[in-house]
Amino acid sequence: MNRGATAGAAVIVIGGGVTGLSAGWWLAREGIDVLVLEAGVIGWGASGRNGGGCSHHHSPLFLEEQRLWPQLDELLGYPTEFQPNRIRIALDARQFQLYRRALENGAHQGFHSEVLDAKQVRELVPYAPDAPYGGYFYHFGGHANPHRTVQAYAWALQDHGGRLLQHTAVTDIKTRAGKATQVSTTRGEFACDQLVIAAGAATAPLAARLGVSVPLASARAEMIVTEPLAPMRIGGVDGNGLYGRQTLRGNLAYGGGPHEWVEYEDCQQTRAHSTVLQSSIARRLCQLFPKVAHARVIRSWAGFIENTPDGRPILERLSSPQNVTIATLSSVGFGLSPASGRAIRDLVIEGTCRFADLSTVKLDRFAHLEADWRVMQGWLPAGA
Amino acid sequence: MSLSEETGYEPDPASVTGKAPPVHAQTDLLVIGAGPAGMAAALAAAEHGVQVTLVDEHPVPLRTMGEEVPLHFGGRMAATLGNRNAVLESVLQSHPQLAEASDAGIDVRLGTAVWGLFPHRPTTQWISGHVAGLADEEQAYLLRFKQVIVAAGRRDMGLAFTGWQLPGVMGASAAYQLACTYEGLQARTAVLLGSGDEALLIGNALQDAGVRIAAIVEQASTAVGATHLLERLRSQGARLFTSHVVQQALGDADGVAAVRLARIEADGHHDADELTTIECDALLLGVGVIPAIELLESSGCDIRFDAARGGHAPVLDAAQRTSIPFIYAVGDCAGIWSTKSQGSAIAAREGVIAARAAVRALGAPLADAPADSPVIPDVPARDIANERLAWVRATVLQAPADQMICQCEEVSAAEILALRPPRYLGWGKDFGPHGSAVSDPLGTHPDVVKRLTRAGMGACQGRRCREQITALLALGAGCALDALPLATYRVPVRPLRLDLLASLPEVPAMAAHWDSWFGMASQWVPFWRAPPQYTAAARGSNESVASE
Repeated sequence: MNRGATAGAAVIVIGGGVTGLSAGWWLAREGIDVLVLEAGVIGWGASGRNGGGCSHHHSPLFLEEQRLWPQLDELLGYPTEFQPNRIRIALDARQFQLYRRALENGAHQGFHSEVLDAKQVRELVPYAPDAPYGGYFYHFGGHANPHRTVQAYAWALQDHGGRLLQHTAVTDIKTRAGKATQVSTTRGEFACDQLVIAAGAATAPLAARLGVSVPLASARAEMIVTEPLAPMRIGGVDGNGLYGRQTLRGNLAYGGGPHEWVEYEDCQQTRAHSTVLQSSIARRLCQLFPKVAHARVIRSWAGFIENTPDGRPILERLSSPQNVTIATLSSVGFGLSPASGRAIRDLVIEGTCRFADLSTVKLDRFAHLEADWRVMQGWLPAGA
Repeated sequence: MSLSEETGYEPDPASVTGKAPPVHAQTDLLVIGAGPAGMAAALAAAEHGVQVTLVDEHPVPLRTMGEEVPLHFGGRMAATLGNRNAVLESVLQSHPQLAEASDAGIDVRLGTAVWGLFPHRPTTQWISGHVAGLADEEQAYLLRFKQVIVAAGRRDMGLAFTGWQLPGVMGASAAYQLACTYEGLQARTAVLLGSGDEALLIGNALQDAGVRIAAIVEQASTAVGATHLLERLRSQGARLFTSHVVQQALGDADGVAAVRLARIEADGHHDADELTTIECDALLLGVGVIPAIELLESSGCDIRFDAARGGHAPVLDAAQRTSIPFIYAVGDCAGIWSTKSQGSAIAAREGVIAARAAVRALGAPLADAPADSPVIPDVPARDIANERLAWVRATVLQAPADQMICQCEEVSAAEILALRPPRYLGWGKDFGPHGSAVSDPLGTHPDVVKRLTRAGMGACQGRRCREQITALLALGAGCALDALPLATYRVPVRPLRLDLLASLPEVPAMAAHWDSWFGMASQWVPFWRAPPQYTAAARGSNESVASE
C-alpha cells in the first residue's frame, strides 16, 4: 500500500529504540512502507544505555541472534563493532557454579564452551587476577557497540525506503472496527494498516489506550567507563557480578549491581542520573582486572529500563486490536534486536513467527497476575 | 514506616533499597571552590552560625595537571610544582582568606576535588539526603550536605590548528592559574589569542607576573576588548594582529618555539601571502572563557546558552539559585562578563547573596537583613556566539589542512562533519547520504556526533574540544550556535582512578545481594522450561541466580 509522504504508512512502528528500528529495517528491506516514530532521539532510552552483550542463550530468539550478529555489518551496510565470543571469570566457587548455566544452555542448543582454569584465564585475559577461581570461554555470543548499532538500523531502514521521524511523540491511537487506524502525534496524524508498539516503558500507557494491559515497571541502572587501555585479544570479558566489555577502542565499559525502581511518571521529568553506585562497580572491576586498577574512570551513564513481572519479553500480535503488535524485551533487548526485529516482521506480515517458538513470551501468561504485583515483588522506589 | 511494614512484602533484594553506603561526613552548607565567590559565600554563611565545609581542588597534583585537568595547562608547569609543600604554600599565599576561613570555624579541605553532586530526587533516592563525591590523592569519600554553593570557576575554549598539541599551547586561564596561583608558569614569551576583555585581563596579569606578551591575535577586523587593557599591553611591546588567526604552532617535543599567523579575508580564508612568524614559548587560547558548569549540568540543573553569561550557564533566580532549589551557582561558573572579570567584587557579592539564601533555607536567623539586590550581567557588548563561530571558521575550517579537533581520540574536523567512524574500526566505505553530521538539523545532536565519531570521548573529558565541536556543527548546519543542544556532562567530572573510586565503603548488604543484572530467577529460565503462567505469589524469590 502506497500512501502520501506524510499521511501515514502501511506499518507504523512506535519507538526508535533497537527493537523498533530493527523491526522497521526488516520490514523496509522487503519494500514495506514503514514509518518509525520516535518521541526524542533514536536510542536515547535503554537501547543506548546497555553493555552491548549478544549472548542470550535462555531466549527463544537465541539461535537467530547467533546466526545474525556475525553478518549484521554486511546486512546493514554500517559498522556495529560486533566481536564474537565471551569469557566470564569467576573469582569464587559460587560464581563458578552460577556461570556454568551458560555452558549448559549453550550446549543444549549446540554451542561449545570451555571450562578455564586459573592459568588459562590469565593467558586469555592479561588484566585478570593472579589467582582467579576459574572461568568459561563461551564460543558463542559476543558484544557490539549499542550507539553504532542503533544508528546502523536507522540508516539501513532509510536506505530501503523506510522513514524515521524523531522528536515526534505519540499522543493517541485511534481505532475503528477492531483495528488501530490512526496515530496522533505532536507532529500530526498518521494513518496505518498495521501498528507496532516497541516504545520501552511507554509501551504500557500506549497499550492501555487500546484497552490492553501490559504489566511493566521501570528501574534505573548504571555503568562506568574508563580511559582507553591496551586492547586485550578478546574484549568480551566480564564476570565477578559485572557485565560489560572492553571496547575496540580499549575503554573498559562495565555495569552491574543493584538497580533502583522508579515511577514511570518520574522518568518523564528527568534523565537518568548516575549515583555513587559507580564506586561499588569500580570496586568489582578492580577485583576483576587488578592489573589496571590505576585506570581512570572518565564517565558513567545511567538508564531507565523496563521490565515485565517475570523479566521475560512480550512479543505478540494481539487478537484485539488484531493489527497491533506489542514488543518489549524486558531489560534484555539490545543483543536480541536483530532477531526480535525479524520476529516482529513475521508477526506483522504473517501473523506468526516462522523461525522461533514465541509461545513463552505472550501476554496471556500474566492472565492471573495479581493487581498489586509490583508491591508483592517489592518493585517500588527506595524511599517508598 | 518501611515498605515491608506497610505492605507486608519485602523490598526487592536485588534493588538498591537498604544498600546505601555509609556517609561519615556531614555539613549544612557545602561550598565548592575557594576563589573570591566561594570564599565570600563560605565566610558570609559562617558569620550566621551555619556549619560550612569549603573544598577546593587546588593544589592539583602535578600528574593530574599533566593530563590537562582541570584546565588545559599545556605541559607548561614549572619543575617546582613537583614540590607539594611549596605548592601548597603558593596556594595559601594566593588565597589569603583561607586562614580567616579556618579561624571562622569553616571546615576547609584543600587538594580535594568534587567529582559529582548526587541530589536526592524521585529517581535517585536510595541514599538519604544529598551527597557529594569528594576525592583527594589518597581516597574518595562522600559528604552529605543540605545546601550547596558551586563556585567552580571557568575553563578555556580550545581551538585547533596545526601543532596545537605541542607543549606550550594552553588555555589563557590555565596560564593565569599557573602564574598567579601556583607561581609556576614555565613561559617567558607568549602570544595571546583573542582580544576580548577576559583575554586582555589575563594578558596584563601575566605581563605583570613577568611573562612577555609578544602579540595579540584577533580574527575580527578590530580588537574587541577595552582600549585601556589593550593599550597597556601594547605600550609594553605587544603587537596587535587583527584579521589574523594562527595557522600553525611551530616547535618540537620541547614545545612551541614560534607561531605562524595568517591574515584572513572576511570569510575567514587565509591569505597565503600574508603570513607572519613570531617567536614564543607559549600560545594562550583566550578566544572564549567558559563557565565551568560540569557539576551543575551533571547533577541536573537547567542550563541554557546565555550570551550575557558567556555561553552555557545555569538558569538562576535572583538569589543565585539554580533550578534545583538547594544548589546555587556563584562566580565564573554562574556566568562570565566583563565588569565581573575586572575584579572580585561582583563574584563576592554573588557569593554573599547565595550564602544568605542558603542560610535562610537552613532556617538560621538572618536578623533585619535588607533584601539583596540581584546581580545582573552586563548587557553584552559583543556577540560571543558569532565570535566563536568566526574563530572556528577561520582557524579550523579555512585552514590549509584538516585539523585534529579531539586530541585524545584523534578525530579531525572533516571526520566529525562526515560522521566517520573511528579509524581503529578500519571501515573503508563512506556513508553516502548519511555521511554528514549536519544533513538533518534535528539529528545534529552533539551527543550523537560524539558517540559516532568519538570526538570528545577521551581522557580529558572533552575539555579541549567540546565548544569547538558544537561550533563546527553549527557552521556545518548553517544554524546559530545556541540552536544546538548541549552535550551532556557525566560524573565523575574529574578523571578518577578506579582504585580511588573503589575506596568508598560499602554496607554488607551490598555484597550480599550483588548481581550483574536484575537478579530475577524467572528471567533466565531457558525458554524450553518456562512455565506457562506467572504470578507474583508463585515466583521463586530465594533461588540463587546469576543474571546472564
